[in-house]
Amino acid sequence: MSETRTFAVLVDNEPGVLARVIGLFSGRGYNIESLTVTEVDDDANLSRITIVTDGTTQVLAQIRNLLERLVPVHRVEDLTAAAEGRNMEPPVQRELALVKVVGAGDKRVEALRIADIFKAEVVDTGLGHFVFEIKGRKSQIDRFITLMMPLGLTEICRSGVIAVSRGDQAL
Amino acid sequence: MSDIKTGAETLITALVEQGVEVIFGYPGGAVLPIYDALFQQNSIRHILVRHEQAAVHAAEGYARSTGKVGCVLVTSGPGATNAVTGLTDALMDSIPIVCLTGQVPTHLIGQDAFQEADTTGITRACTKHNYLVKQVNDVSGVVHEAFLVAATGRPGPVVIDLPKDVLMNKTDVYKKKSDVRRPSYKPRMKGDLAQIEKAVEALSQAKRPIIYAGGGVINAGPAASQLLVEFTRMTGVPITNTLMGLGAYPASDRQFVGMLGMHGTYEANLAMYNCDVMLNIGARFDDRITGKIDEFSPNSTKIHVDIDPSSINKNVLVDLPIVGDAAHVLEDMIRLWRSKALNLDAGALKGWWEQIEQWRGVDCLGFSQAKGEVEIRPQHALKRLHELTKHRDDVLISTEVGQHQMWAAQYIGFEKPNRWMTSGGLGTMGYGFPAAIGMQIGNPGACCIDVAGEASILMNIQELSTAVQYRLPVKIMIINNQWMGMVRQWQELLHGGRYAESYTDSLPDFVKLAESFGAKGIRATKESELDSAIQEMLDSDVMTIFDCCVTKDENCFPMIPSGKPHYDMLLPGASQEKVAAAIQGEGLALV
Ligand SMILES: Cc1ncc(C[n+]2csc(CCOP(=O)(O)OP(=O)(O)O)c2C)c(N)n1
Ligand SMILES: [Mg+2]
Repeated sequence: MSETRTFAVLVDNEPGVLARVIGLFSGRGYNIESLTVTEVDDDANLSRITIVTDGTTQVLAQIRNLLERLVPVHRVEDLTAAAEGRNMEPPVQRELALVKVVGAGDKRVEALRIADIFKAEVVDTGLGHFVFEIKGRKSQIDRFITLMMPLGLTEICRSGVIAVSRGDQAL
Repeated sequence: MSDIKTGAETLITALVEQGVEVIFGYPGGAVLPIYDALFQQNSIRHILVRHEQAAVHAAEGYARSTGKVGCVLVTSGPGATNAVTGLTDALMDSIPIVCLTGQVPTHLIGQDAFQEADTTGITRACTKHNYLVKQVNDVSGVVHEAFLVAATGRPGPVVIDLPKDVLMNKTDVYKKKSDVRRPSYKPRMKGDLAQIEKAVEALSQAKRPIIYAGGGVINAGPAASQLLVEFTRMTGVPITNTLMGLGAYPASDRQFVGMLGMHGTYEANLAMYNCDVMLNIGARFDDRITGKIDEFSPNSTKIHVDIDPSSINKNVLVDLPIVGDAAHVLEDMIRLWRSKALNLDAGALKGWWEQIEQWRGVDCLGFSQAKGEVEIRPQHALKRLHELTKHRDDVLISTEVGQHQMWAAQYIGFEKPNRWMTSGGLGTMGYGFPAAIGMQIGNPGACCIDVAGEASILMNIQELSTAVQYRLPVKIMIINNQWMGMVRQWQELLHGGRYAESYTDSLPDFVKLAESFGAKGIRATKESELDSAIQEMLDSDVMTIFDCCVTKDENCFPMIPSGKPHYDMLLPGASQEKVAAAIQGEGLALV
């Protein structure tokens, strides 16, 4: 039985660290659904990687152990499992997307109306196009994109998922 | 007072501080500054190999036989790519290696410069960790960190890629070994005490226990092997070793049931299948051990001690995982067994041993070297080697890969750790000879023998030149069956006897070959010549090849065909039906 998990990984921000993480997945045929990385602590030179992946319990445990084994990795937290363990809601997850919709007439009006419902912001526009910025849960963005599809959607760029646990405990 | 030194000089200073006595290497443009620095000092000896792959294997042989970190130096581009097989071998077998690779100057990196290769990219998947040093000030710190990473936790190879300008630039920065910290790197040594307590209790309740010990015990140092012996004796439990673990427990001891796995003993494999509690210490449930995974030891409680958490629950789900160093955990187990005054049910254990003795009675390693038979059977040759060396404490054995490797594992008994060096994980033909060179460098007085196949030995035969140059009395005993025997065996058993490309035509005359390098060559073709030829090899004080010509089509038994469970072993003289059954099934797709 396959399940989806979100891992938070704290690493030294040094060249090659992302390649090590990705190589670990690709070399073993594990799936990466989403991966984001940026420096989060300038002084300590730490980056935080958020990985959404799926696999069997055994594979997920293996992913965690293999990540922990990498020399520049400080901590690996399975946010999904930790939340379950504390009997809490799943971690807070957000994603940002930029969506370009090209069209005129009714379709254009309809696109704007849907964007309004989703609280998507218009960040660029001309007479024949919109660029919407939408943020939210992954599933929300998926739905927005599905609805925009017949209305002239021409380009999508998504940031990938970032996540933190709920409650007062920190990583 | 700080000295101003070049990067290369700083590197040497750091290596000396790490206690490096010898480097196995091969020069080239990018590493000339290091060679220049080596030339001007006397602390570190450089051994010039004849191929960079051999440099890594030699460093492995050195590391495995001495317990120290093996050190390698190769140039950029082809030097580094030639080292890749050795690095992968060291990664698979958890051997501590630090490999220094030259790199083009930093301003040329990425320009497809002459002899540029993306060494850190290429070696990322075959090292425990690697570094590209971009500034001369970082050299000393990186070297110390590299040794720490290579030697601690689950050991492994580490590459330091050194651009030429970094080696030539000057610095007054020197970080001492004691100054180096890497907070993110924290191997776990002590096992969780509550888990260990549960483990000894589970073992004490067993009716049919077995201890299954692997290379992790060897890597944990000789003390770990002593503790393993102590614990095994105080519990009275039967013990088996993996190919990598041979020597962790004395082979001649009554409680030792032999090696397990694909070519392991009948008694070891059946004990694994039928046990009710299995204590795995420092082994990793390799597919060569488990056979058909869903029929692997189906009714046992499994305890797994490993320093690497990612080895646990990887192939086989276990009941009691313990992350820690074998020596530390064994120490705790012994203490707890004593303080809790634990004991196994004597009656049950007696019954279990009776069962094991019955399996032993099958004599799965039996073979027939009939009296007066002229040809030498390969098993007989290795048994004689064992008989003629077992009284000595100074014999170190390496092997190449193939049937001869398995026969060596089966017929040579090892009483102590660090005496047996074989490429277990990667199965690298060409490993054994350079490894024996490294063993001899690390143990100058010892009798270092590479048990070889005639095909494998050709993969690093150029190292004869190295051995002769340094007057190393390494011995190569070629079990010459004129076939890639292991390939031929699989073709016979699994591919209907279609022997595609497994016969080596135009083999050299190994005696003349040895002589052409200034080494000694011996040959035996008859059983009547065998003992004196082995003795002559053992007595030789120069590099020696013994070309031991054996029967050509011997198969290596016992054998669990790929994808078969432990009880489905082929024993010597297996019936045609059994062999035919081995041919069918999805096992054919496995390696
Ligand atoms: C570098 C490498 N290439 C190919 C193989 C596949 N292989 C395994 S055993 C073997 C034959 C070895 O022949 P030989 O050295 O004569 O040993 P024997 O089995 O005859 O004792 C081969 C080709 C390997 N293990 N390593
Ligand atoms: Mg052969």
